[in-house]
Amino acid sequence: MMNHDQARYGDDDRYESLLSEKDTTTVEVDGKSPLPDDLTRDSLELPGLSEPELSRHYTRLSQMNWSVETGPYPLGSCTMKYNPSFTEDVAADPNGSVHPDRSEESVQGTLELLYGLQDYLARIGGMDAVTLQPPAGAAGEFTGIMIAKACHEARGDPRSEVIVPASAHGTNFASAAMAGYDVVELPSGEDGRVDLDALEAAVSEETAALMLTNPNTVGLFERDIAEIADIVHDAGGLLYYDGANLNALLGRARPGDMGFDVMHYNVHKTFATPHGGGGPGAGPVGVTEELAEFLPRPHVRERDGRYELYDPERSIGKVHGYQGNWLVLVKAYAYIARLGDSGLKDTSAKAVLNANYLAERIDYDIPYSPFHHEFAATAGERDAADVAKGMLDYGVHPPTTKWPEFVPEAMLTEPTEAESKASLDDLANAFDAAMADSEEELEAAPSKTTARRIDQADAARNPQLSWRALGEEE
Amino acid sequence: MSEGGRHERVAGSPYTPHTPEQTAEMLAAVGVDSEADLFDVPSEVRFDGDLGIEPRSERELRAELTSALAKNDDLTEFLGRDHHSHYVPSVVDDLSQRAEFLTSYTQYQPEIAQGFLQALFEYQSLVVELTGLPVANCSMYDAATALGEAARLADRVRKVSGSVVWIPEILHENKRAVLENYVDGTDLAVETYPMADGTVDVDALSELADGDAAMIYAENPTVHGTIEANLSDIGDVADEAGALFCLGTDTVALGLLEEPASVGADVVVGEADALGLPTAYGMGLGLFATREDFLRQVPGRLVGAGEDAGGKRAYTLTLQTREQHIRKERATSNICTNQAWVALRTAMHLAWLGPDGLVDLASQCVREAASLATRLNELPGLKAPVHDRHHFREFLVRTDQPAPAIARDLEADGFAVHVVGDHRLQVCVTDVNAEAADALVAAFEEAL
Repeated sequence: MMNHDQARYGDDDRYESLLSEKDTTTVEVDGKSPLPDDLTRDSLELPGLSEPELSRHYTRLSQMNWSVETGPYPLGSCTMKYNPSFTEDVAADPNGSVHPDRSEESVQGTLELLYGLQDYLARIGGMDAVTLQPPAGAAGEFTGIMIAKACHEARGDPRSEVIVPASAHGTNFASAAMAGYDVVELPSGEDGRVDLDALEAAVSEETAALMLTNPNTVGLFERDIAEIADIVHDAGGLLYYDGANLNALLGRARPGDMGFDVMHYNVHKTFATPHGGGGPGAGPVGVTEELAEFLPRPHVRERDGRYELYDPERSIGKVHGYQGNWLVLVKAYAYIARLGDSGLKDTSAKAVLNANYLAERIDYDIPYSPFHHEFAATAGERDAADVAKGMLDYGVHPPTTKWPEFVPEAMLTEPTEAESKASLDDLANAFDAAMADSEEELEAAPSKTTARRIDQADAARNPQLSWRALGEEE
Repeated sequence: MSEGGRHERVAGSPYTPHTPEQTAEMLAAVGVDSEADLFDVPSEVRFDGDLGIEPRSERELRAELTSALAKNDDLTEFLGRDHHSHYVPSVVDDLSQRAEFLTSYTQYQPEIAQGFLQALFEYQSLVVELTGLPVANCSMYDAATALGEAARLADRVRKVSGSVVWIPEILHENKRAVLENYVDGTDLAVETYPMADGTVDVDALSELADGDAAMIYAENPTVHGTIEANLSDIGDVADEAGALFCLGTDTVALGLLEEPASVGADVVVGEADALGLPTAYGMGLGLFATREDFLRQVPGRLVGAGEDAGGKRAYTLTLQTREQHIRKERATSNICTNQAWVALRTAMHLAWLGPDGLVDLASQCVREAASLATRLNELPGLKAPVHDRHHFREFLVRTDQPAPAIARDLEADGFAVHVVGDHRLQVCVTDVNAEAADALVAAFEEAL
């Protein structure tokens, strides 16, 4: 069993003092600037730390933070895989640090890499054209649904509904609603997959699209995907692929071949760009040839060995101020090129092998199978959130808990391909040890982490969102 | 490619730790014969082909990508227009690249994520100090999407029937395009109000906004670099119209220009990455701050302070019932993955500058712009600045000769400026390119 005590700094009432508690300086602005006073603020109050103090502050904070490089991070649907170091060096190349309004002639290198990534992603997804503009997965969903909307409008057949399985990521519902659609929720079939009869009943001439994750959110491949595609297409709708789980299929199956018309990729999941504590990611969108004219503008193309930006004929417009998250995209390019065909296939194989091996090693019920890169174990009679807190004391990050909702006390687990057999054995021991702990022990957990159990409900009842708010409280 | 050990191998990923023996052992434990047997994919949708992506060694790939990016021309950029660059100290790179920050994710288990949570709480707190507004989220994607989210917030909270989002006629076209998409699913309409000599024509706005306004958006500085003198009046117009006043700005300008709360701003959006992020081909960090009243309508993640079981102050994501993973189609936004790591960098950069450093940097942006404009104005065939206003970082230049031709000549001499019209250029000067201003003036002389 891993023995892990997380770093803990600070004093009696806190783990590390805030920047503002280390220094607060007020400067008078009026009269000190080259502007007339009526154009400036009166004063400014901010912390100002010397570089050595700043360095210690953030180094300590970093040590009080779990990461992929700290240990297993098997959050289901998040694909917390290892982020190769060399991609950071590639992204830091000063020649790539250019302004987005540069003339296309002067940034041929940047455009070459963007074009190259468009091409790689199109191959991997089996799509005809890919935009790199959406800055995150949810932004990709919004982009894809706006493309579907534009397509229906161009056909003179505007529609009002998007169908989303109950088991889908919350973003699917929110993105469809944001685009102005009514969301029709599709209940999960008994086997955890799409129920074809329910789908038949749900589609109509109002169906703009069905949003589907495959493998779905309990890791099952939608074996009826060809029939699903037919049902949606026969109703005049489009089939949307949520790429959150693409890691399971790299080099082995492609959304384009399954009948999907539009998809997004989560490059921060599948293509190993670091998650950065919540972002930035990138959510490129792939489409069939028929939909390419609706892609966001501008798009990169190649003509006679030169790269250029152009506006697709019936572009939906823009979904980001510029071209998306460049620093993320260039890392994804480097990762895909490092792996190549054989590396991509090995990635999906080991991701699925690791999930299956871990599932075999733990003493939990797993209601739905055969799963691929992730599985939904159930904590049964126990509270999954409490079991997760118990796991923290055994030196691992727990899985996603209580989701998807149709699995009781779900623990959605995605170890990724980057964990070794020894690491999976440790992780399995942590699963079982936490489950063997008593209710009292679990409720008292965690104790070996930086902070003890935090009452999130209490924090939400009395929101304190800044050090100013904390000061007013005192 | 050379045949070497693990790090050169071509058959498989260099980032899967499994030896062939371990793979065999694990397959046996699972009870299948091969990796292919792990996949429950019907044959008609199985992909047996070749993607045609050639694997490269790390060394080969570094060389390949370095040489690709070297094809970018080495230009000194005098570019701004909503994407600004200031010197980012090495300590920001060094600390933000620590793997514990870089390779972590959203803080679903706060007990082991206190470090990032505190850093984001500090980022929110810094934005609160800069804007004077009490609620700041811990990031949107960029200024354009933050503006889109502000309009959607206005749609949710408006008390009157107004349905127009009023935007200035001088606005980055990209920003408007993003805004149009963000309100496409609402019944809001986007319309423009006129500007007078580079800043808001308050009288015209007042007449237009009377009646049907949901939100009035203004910028300080504007995309042309002009500093707005009548912000409070714009706030009053919004109040009288029962509309939200949304102000666009950035983290450097906030250190010097009027405090948004003091001029009646209800929402502040903009580019927070003016600090913390080098020029990154448009990658951003969307600033978003608002009033307490709208707390439960805020899009994006919020970090709050509370207590842990040991009685110590601890941080956690809070008010998550606003968010997509709980509220689904009734969420305040679809945003999930955001720009947290950039927010970390921005907070570091701000704390490194301190208030003196920030005011100095912002003052430099005013002085350098004024000085460069004066010098360009002395050249025959140029008028700079076009607008008789104070400027921040950048300004318009009117050219007697066609502007695109001048820009091409400047580019041939190693300088990039914006072409914004047939006879209009825009030039942006900050701490990172000020020392090249002499050379730019000389290049202009040659180009004219």
